[in-house]
Amino acid sequence: MTPFKKLTSTAVPLPIEDVDTDQIIPARFLKATTREGFGENLFRDWRYDKLNHPKEDFVLNNPTYSGEILVAGANFGCGSSREHAAWAIADHGFRAVVSSYFADIFRGNALNNGLLPVTVSPEVLDEVFRTIETDHTARFTVNLEQQTFTNEQTGTVTGFAIDEYKKTCLINGYDDIDFLLSQKDKIAAFEGARVDHSLSN
Amino acid sequence: MPTLFDKVWDAHVVTQVPGGNQVLYIDRHLIHEVTSPQAFNGLRERGIPLARPARIVATADHNVPTKDQHKPIAEPLSRKQVEMLTTNCAEFGVELYGLGHPYQGIVHVIGPELGITRPGITMVCGDSHTSTHGAFGAIAFGIGTSQVEQVMATQCVLMSKPKKMRISVNGELQPGVTAKDLILYVIAQLGTGGGTGHFVEYAGSAVQSLSMEGRMTVCNMSIEMGARGGLIAPDQTTFDYLEGRKFSPQGAAWEAAVDYWRTLPTDADAVFDTEYHFRAEDIPPMITYGTNPGMGMGVTDDIPAPSELHGAASMQKAMTYMGLEMGQRMEGMPVDYVFIGSCTNSRIEDLRLAGAQVRGKRVAPGVTGIVVPGSQQVAKQAIAEGLDKLFEAAGFEFRGAGCSACLGMNEDKVPSGRYCVSTSNRNFEGRQGPGARTILASPLTAAAAAIEGRIVDVRKVAVPA
Repeated sequence: MTPFKKLTSTAVPLPIEDVDTDQIIPARFLKATTREGFGENLFRDWRYDKLNHPKEDFVLNNPTYSGEILVAGANFGCGSSREHAAWAIADHGFRAVVSSYFADIFRGNALNNGLLPVTVSPEVLDEVFRTIETDHTARFTVNLEQQTFTNEQTGTVTGFAIDEYKKTCLINGYDDIDFLLSQKDKIAAFEGARVDHSLSN
Repeated sequence: MPTLFDKVWDAHVVTQVPGGNQVLYIDRHLIHEVTSPQAFNGLRERGIPLARPARIVATADHNVPTKDQHKPIAEPLSRKQVEMLTTNCAEFGVELYGLGHPYQGIVHVIGPELGITRPGITMVCGDSHTSTHGAFGAIAFGIGTSQVEQVMATQCVLMSKPKKMRISVNGELQPGVTAKDLILYVIAQLGTGGGTGHFVEYAGSAVQSLSMEGRMTVCNMSIEMGARGGLIAPDQTTFDYLEGRKFSPQGAAWEAAVDYWRTLPTDADAVFDTEYHFRAEDIPPMITYGTNPGMGMGVTDDIPAPSELHGAASMQKAMTYMGLEMGQRMEGMPVDYVFIGSCTNSRIEDLRLAGAQVRGKRVAPGVTGIVVPGSQQVAKQAIAEGLDKLFEAAGFEFRGAGCSACLGMNEDKVPSGRYCVSTSNRNFEGRQGPGARTILASPLTAAAAAIEGRIVDVRKVAVPA
């Protein structure tokens, strides 16, 4: 996993609430057996028409907006648990997603792929959308070490929450599996000590 | 004073990690073809084996055709993905109920019917509808593929304990109102994000009165209000369902298990972070009008104006996609497709309910109706009861087991612009195929829509006893 410490970038606005993972990556593109290449079909049906021509009114097709930060409406990533959604967003080149809240499974999937979900208040989110609307070159900084999100245009600085363990993983590029493997003895001890009704037949 | 959720969760904590996470032991891991290949690849790259292969069960469901299941899968990418599951399971020593196996079916249908799902266990699957299994008083939730790999490697996940919510529904469901209507009603009240950060316990007399199939329908859709999972206290209904199933405990092991399961229900003085109360009598037959499951209403209601749950922009976007207007009544609206199936409503009881509604009738001209049993075992039972013939005589297609038209992945799709009354769980844009317009409903409402060719209030046509 690529380490994440600090990022300053312009942002791409997607002011839509309840964006579900079926929109992020439709199921018909989940047939691949590797993690690569999903960015091509990110937001496929919002991005392309039936004839596979780019829809000009969709933000990813608008050359005005670019950057490594995606800013989206509340409840981003709801629905299916498909990690392909996080892979697609990261593969497209985003490194952070800002919203007023994220669906739980998506949030976990993003963190497991070095894609940082940044939760800000609805008011801060509104200000970000307004800032980008006024000036698409506005820059924002996500500082994971300080746990701050800065609107460089307005100077608004806001803190964001992330648990200490996940923060350490992201900063160092560690994934959970390394940690869990290091707990092997504790897991075996747990199994040895319990009364288990889950497998009996 | 612990809740059901506390009791099961706490019994599975291996260790506490500084920062709030816990290492949670997973008793059963279900896998399918779509979210497992990258996890198996990860194990290969790291050169590590499965930690506990006996705790994993695999099936092929999302990407399988529901017609001509005895033939090789025609679509090359789908075939490759399903074949890879077979190869991976053989290489890593995982029990596979693949296409052609008598136990094959939707992962959330086969777990319970085989007695793999049971009270007090922790269960995961790379699939958000894993919440279904909570109907048995299990902690069951969907995970991403990275976590699938973690569970494969260590039989554990790392997560912080979610908050606890209780949703109580008391009273008696009215004729024509099913478990599906109950959960669609709850989601319409709370919205798609109302359960975020929570695990939900469903309680109250209306929930306790539900069959296991009904309870599974309710828990299945927990994720549609953003909850990580849902669960219901195990009781005699649960034990009666499980007794004698293929992998259920037997003899002394059964007695010991039931004794333990009886200790699981939430203590009387337990406290939840969030509580909601609803009256069963207030719940009508439900339909959805928009593009998320929270956009639901009574079948005779008018599509509402924007609200706090669904802002003006969301409502307008949904109406444009659905070809509908706010203030419009949907009752009486013509429909093109009816899909009876999915992990929400494809169990034998669902098919019996829909079957009773269409017995001796004909699907309206111009309507395509398909019935897709959730598993080979459900199909076998349906055939034994003559339900296949009953549906076919009414003009439905009766298919083989799989996820089918729920998710627009396999060949079963709804064409662009067409309206489909569906017993599945998601009405997202394009969910049943690009441009498809989904109206979620119960098996009863879906069956009635197929016969009438339009959206009807089942209470106004004959509701089967």
